[in-house]
Amino acid sequence: MGLEKAMGDSFVITKLNEAIRWCQKNSIWPQPMGISCCAIEMMAFASPRFDVSRFGSEVFRFSPRQADLMIVAGTTTYKMAHVVRKIYDQMPDPKWVIAMGVCTSSGGMYRTYSVVQGIDQFIPVDVYVGGCPPRPDNLINALMMIQKKIQQQGSQEHHQAQPIYIDQPANISV
Amino acid sequence: MIAQRAVEKLREQFNDVVHEVIEFREQLLVRIETSSIREVCQFLRDDEELKFDMAIDVLGADRLVPVDNPTMHGYVNDPFDRELRSKQEHIPADERFEVIYVLYSNMNNEYIRLKVRVAEEGQRVPSVVAVWKSADCAEREVYDMFGIEFEGHPDLRRIYMPEYFEHYPLRKDFPLMGIPGSLPLPDKQ
Ligand code: SF4
Repeated sequence: MGLEKAMGDSFVITKLNEAIRWCQKNSIWPQPMGISCCAIEMMAFASPRFDVSRFGSEVFRFSPRQADLMIVAGTTTYKMAHVVRKIYDQMPDPKWVIAMGVCTSSGGMYRTYSVVQGIDQFIPVDVYVGGCPPRPDNLINALMMIQKKIQQQGSQEHHQAQPIYIDQPANISV
Repeated sequence: MIAQRAVEKLREQFNDVVHEVIEFREQLLVRIETSSIREVCQFLRDDEELKFDMAIDVLGADRLVPVDNPTMHGYVNDPFDRELRSKQEHIPADERFEVIYVLYSNMNNEYIRLKVRVAEEGQRVPSVVAVWKSADCAEREVYDMFGIEFEGHPDLRRIYMPEYFEHYPLRKDFPLMGIPGSLPLPDKQ
């Protein structure tokens, strides 16, 4: 890896917890819950232009059993809510959720009988991303917030922590 | 115009089925007697000259109009109140709904629209699935959204809303935000 050269004969001491968090945060495997139009931006987020593999999250898992992070991207109807919940329940702990787009976060402009007014009514959400659709940079920003969250809190108590709301465009140059 | 010709032919062929012909921007809309819609459709499809061989869509419409100034009568919130509606009737209850058929003739490259009126309760519309298979899903959608039942449909179930749902969301008297509790969410543990 070249690490031997840089470090020479020295060694690094850390806590095991810290080391595990460091590994975890750089290998978040997302489960793409692409329900509607936001999913297109989620694909851009994974593609080379924005290149999420810089953050170790390029492995999109279509099986919830192999995923750590669910990106709920799209208008969630009451009928779909049961499916989302079922998939969320199949993900192994620890797990995180990003509510991508206004539809998912609050129902957005779909103020109607068929759309759930915010997915936090049935699953815990860690980061809310505003925008219709949010730019891929903003989703990367959300991913970085999850990384920060993992680093600070570890995976144990993350559901008790406050969710994060992103409504400003991220200041990331791509 | 082949649609014009279709109306003539219908008038020749059937007694009293064409109630009304509306022309708007050179598009013909023909109101048909509800009970004979199936025979009319069969005729339009099979006639050598007309050949309306494609059902583009089957739509529903609710013609209910909110009553004027409901507060005046002591009803504060419900502009669709039944009792009130019967007092100042805009739309008679036996003509509340409409089912609209958009038909297309590949041979003549022309459209025609048919419509029938349906009563608020108890009236069933003959299904045209036996004439055009493509009407199947469209009729299920009309049933799901308006609660209009189709006589002779092979599989009349809800198509969009969950099967346990008890209301018809595109009816005018259905509240926009739905009826609380009618669509349960999974538990947030
Ligand atoms: S937020 Fe906008 S882009 Fe995203 S799912 Fe809703 S309507 Fe589509």
